[in-house]
Amino acid sequence: MSGGAALLSMRGVRKAFGRTVVLDGLDLDVDAHRCVVLIGASGSGKSTLLRCVNLLETVDDGVVEFEGRDIADPRIDADAVRARTGIVFQSFNLFPHLSVLDNVTLAPRRVHGVARAEAEDRAVAMLRRVGLQDKVRARPDELSGGQQQRVAIARSLVNDPVLMLFDEVTSALDPELVAEVLGLLRELREDGMTMLVATHEMGFARRVADEVCFLHGGRVLERGAPQQVLGEPVEPRTQEFLRSIVAAGRM
Amino acid sequence: MADQQRGRAGADLSTAGPRPAWSPSPLQLDRDRHRRRAGVRSAVVAALSTVVFGVVLVLAITSTPGWPRIQASFLVPSSAWAAVPDVARGLWLNLRIMVVCAAVVFVLGLSVAVLRTLRGAVFAPVRWLATAYTDLFRGLPLILVLLLVGYGVPGLRLQGLPGDPVFYGCIALVLTYTAYVAEVLRAGIESVHPSQRAAARALGLGHAATLRFVVLPQAVRRVLPALLNDLVSLQKDSGLVSVLGVVDAIRAAQILTAKEGNFTPYLVAGAFFVLLTIPMARVTDAVARRWGAPGTGGAV
Repeated sequence: MSGGAALLSMRGVRKAFGRTVVLDGLDLDVDAHRCVVLIGASGSGKSTLLRCVNLLETVDDGVVEFEGRDIADPRIDADAVRARTGIVFQSFNLFPHLSVLDNVTLAPRRVHGVARAEAEDRAVAMLRRVGLQDKVRARPDELSGGQQQRVAIARSLVNDPVLMLFDEVTSALDPELVAEVLGLLRELREDGMTMLVATHEMGFARRVADEVCFLHGGRVLERGAPQQVLGEPVEPRTQEFLRSIVAAGRM
Repeated sequence: MADQQRGRAGADLSTAGPRPAWSPSPLQLDRDRHRRRAGVRSAVVAALSTVVFGVVLVLAITSTPGWPRIQASFLVPSSAWAAVPDVARGLWLNLRIMVVCAAVVFVLGLSVAVLRTLRGAVFAPVRWLATAYTDLFRGLPLILVLLLVGYGVPGLRLQGLPGDPVFYGCIALVLTYTAYVAEVLRAGIESVHPSQRAAARALGLGHAATLRFVVLPQAVRRVLPALLNDLVSLQKDSGLVSVLGVVDAIRAAQILTAKEGNFTPYLVAGAFFVLLTIPMARVTDAVARRWGAPGTGGAV
């Protein structure tokens, strides 16, 4: 699954918090227009990995190559990298003091220098795409969790990122709201967006992923097509993890 | 799920492989060097610009035409030295006023804040009264309250009230500061999410117990920096009791300026107040960091 043309390529990435080593020499490639799904137990480093890609965390060692440049280098302009990537968080992290429209237009206007009228046109178009055209003037706390998460996705997408990171975006949602968000992710995948998705939704991984990576002990322990990793895992750790998922009724 | 991580038998994982102790790669060492250099560079720039600014400021002031006269009337070393004992004695009074007033203000401010947050028609008059009180005393300049209380109340010739002006000065300080502190605490109380109240009531805690054990601890933590700010402010406003003739640090300095024939004692008093405020500001920073940060979340 390698090749020099990978959009994102991580080599030997290490990240420790105090004495806890979360990423321990991790290697990972994400080719353009592919959807890579990260699975693994809580604390296996899925979120940390995504935060390192978006430079919300500084890595302790290793190379994070994005569009051919090592973005772990302190000489790089982190904001320029972040302007090319989007991240969606588990707990939405919408700005509660701004309307839905202002949440979506904040970065286009303040970072990308788009004029207000154009930014609002694009925001409304993006909100229509996520099915929230009638919530433009609403405040985040007037929306359901699923709607808030779709606003958060629109807020990222409106900046035309080349890579989207999803950090357990359905974990804080009621079951009946999960489908609307995962449906949106599937549409994004069909439109050719490059995606790196951390999730506990194995059904989603099976249907949408091009590749599934099982994280364990700070590394990618097993990777491959979803049918292989989720259906016939080779590694005992992967089998054990999937058994516990089945036992929890999540598969 | 997390417990699966424990007890991993590293060697039998084919792709994981054995893990030698980590040492930074040359690439990482280069990054660390760069970060260190960048850190040193910004520290040097900051230090240099501070020094340059200070030197320019001193040169600019000392080269003004009136500087020799200012020096003669504000910066007389012998007068400064002579002022230290009396001003220090006065400052001790300021300190005692501050401590006593702060304790009273906290208790009264808490009561007023709670009164203002009471719901229901029965409590409406109490609520209005508390609101009127905070409106009035936040609006009145402290110096006016001091003069009115300090000269007005003794004029009533009520029996049993002490004649000491320090007492009336404290009353005025308490009246004004209680109004401020009550508003700060009320903001804190109202910032505690309703779900916290609901959770406490659901456990069977009554209104008072909910307030005492769930709402107020969170509220006070959240507004701690603002409260400590008011404490520092109270400390220096304690100098205003000098308008009632109390011999505190400011008054002592005033008497000495007449005796010495220059204003240096004022500077001494000012320096004492600043010296007192700086450690207190640092302590309040530390306390706010220690207690203010954790458990103040609860944002949706």
